[in-house]
Amino acid sequence: MIEIVIGVLLVFMIIGSIICLETRDLLSAIIAIVPVGYFCGIIYLLLGAPDIAITQMVVEVLSLIILIRATIRRDLTTIEEERDFFGLVSTFALIFVFFIFGMEAMRHLPPFGTPSFTLNPSAPSNRYLMMGLKETGAGNIVSSVILDYRGYDTLGEATILFTSILGALALLRVYARKRGKK
Amino acid sequence: MIYYLCFILFLIGLYGVCCKKNVVKIILGLWIMEYSVNLFLILLGYRKNGIPPIMSKEMDVIEFYKKAVDPLPQAMVLTSIVIGLGVLALMVTVAIRLYQRYGTFDITEMKKLKG
Amino acid sequence: MKNNEEKGMSLIVKTVTRWLKGFIFLFGAYIVVFGHLSPGGGFPGGVVFAATFILLTLAFGREYALRKIGKILASELDSLGAILFLILASLGIYFTGIFFSNFIEKFHPSGNFKLFSAGIIPLCNISIGMKVGASLFMIFIILSVVRVIFEDGKGKLITTEKKDKK
Repeated sequence: MIEIVIGVLLVFMIIGSIICLETRDLLSAIIAIVPVGYFCGIIYLLLGAPDIAITQMVVEVLSLIILIRATIRRDLTTIEEERDFFGLVSTFALIFVFFIFGMEAMRHLPPFGTPSFTLNPSAPSNRYLMMGLKETGAGNIVSSVILDYRGYDTLGEATILFTSILGALALLRVYARKRGKK
Repeated sequence: MIYYLCFILFLIGLYGVCCKKNVVKIILGLWIMEYSVNLFLILLGYRKNGIPPIMSKEMDVIEFYKKAVDPLPQAMVLTSIVIGLGVLALMVTVAIRLYQRYGTFDITEMKKLKG
Repeated sequence: MKNNEEKGMSLIVKTVTRWLKGFIFLFGAYIVVFGHLSPGGGFPGGVVFAATFILLTLAFGREYALRKIGKILASELDSLGAILFLILASLGIYFTGIFFSNFIEKFHPSGNFKLFSAGIIPLCNISIGMKVGASLFMIFIILSVVRVIFEDGKGKLITTEKKDKK
């Protein structure tokens, strides 16, 4: 039952992303990507991940605001011309090769509904689920994995966020400083 | 079946990155690829009739262990979504700078990339 | 330039924002503080914090929000969150010899599932929430103080920031 619901939502996501990529108006394209993210959040909720559903919903709103900042008061309609024939063919050849390899890889995955940690008794998730409450005292196992078992990842994530903001600031400040010198 | 639909979503994002000429469309293609990758990781960790990996007071540990979904991909994806927002802001900044330099979003018009 | 004088949106939006901003901020604080017991944690709570200030910026205009929380304060909060997280991680070396070790008492004396339990996890949640919220608000400020004016076929970048350096 849940597979059918998730499948229908995924089809909606695919339709939304096609509309987003093929429409001519840039503002419509940006607005068309928001339902894709909301469907993604609903799927997270169905799959038993409420943490990620909350994050996805709020991040979607912020990404809409940031993307609209990029296109507001610009020339909004775009003229989408065809690329030259050779480029288009080579792109589709690349996508086709990618498709073949992806299908080959996906045949070896376990079926939907049986995560790999149930098949492998030495997987780390077994320990997280069994001993998580006893070892960290936190009821939310995801939170204990982020901040206790795998704290290095979170430290790296904070570094990446800091670096991206630094990059944005550096890219936008250069011109202003040059004008100030004149 | 669901894995294949998720993979098709990834391919649509790849098509957008490769074939589109507008910088904003390329950014949107990358954003769609990120959705599909995050969703695929969560789909891999789902267990049939599973419950969220959050314990409450009246729950037994053994029963919880037999029913909960995989917490490890959720922890990874939670950081990945927020990183994605930062990277999106960086890409938008680059797009704004390109627009300011060339007056257009079309990448085939930007011929003076050498400086 | 007409855009520089306009101060935010209409009266309805401003009134609703004035009522709702406290509740949204309170929801973010709840998500952060109870992150180790219920769904949530530092990342979603930080994004909700950022959304509060972005709502203020959109409704009342840039100057009002920058008066409430300045750019300097935002960058200080950002750095403070990162340093607090690193200090909490390094204190583990001092107490137990392991980086990121959970050195505080993990259980409340009267049992599990209390607010003051789980050692350093709530403190880490608070620092992560501070960092993420301040970072995302910084991104929005950076994108909003600089705007590109399109005129005569050439894009021109102007900044509306106060010239405090020169």
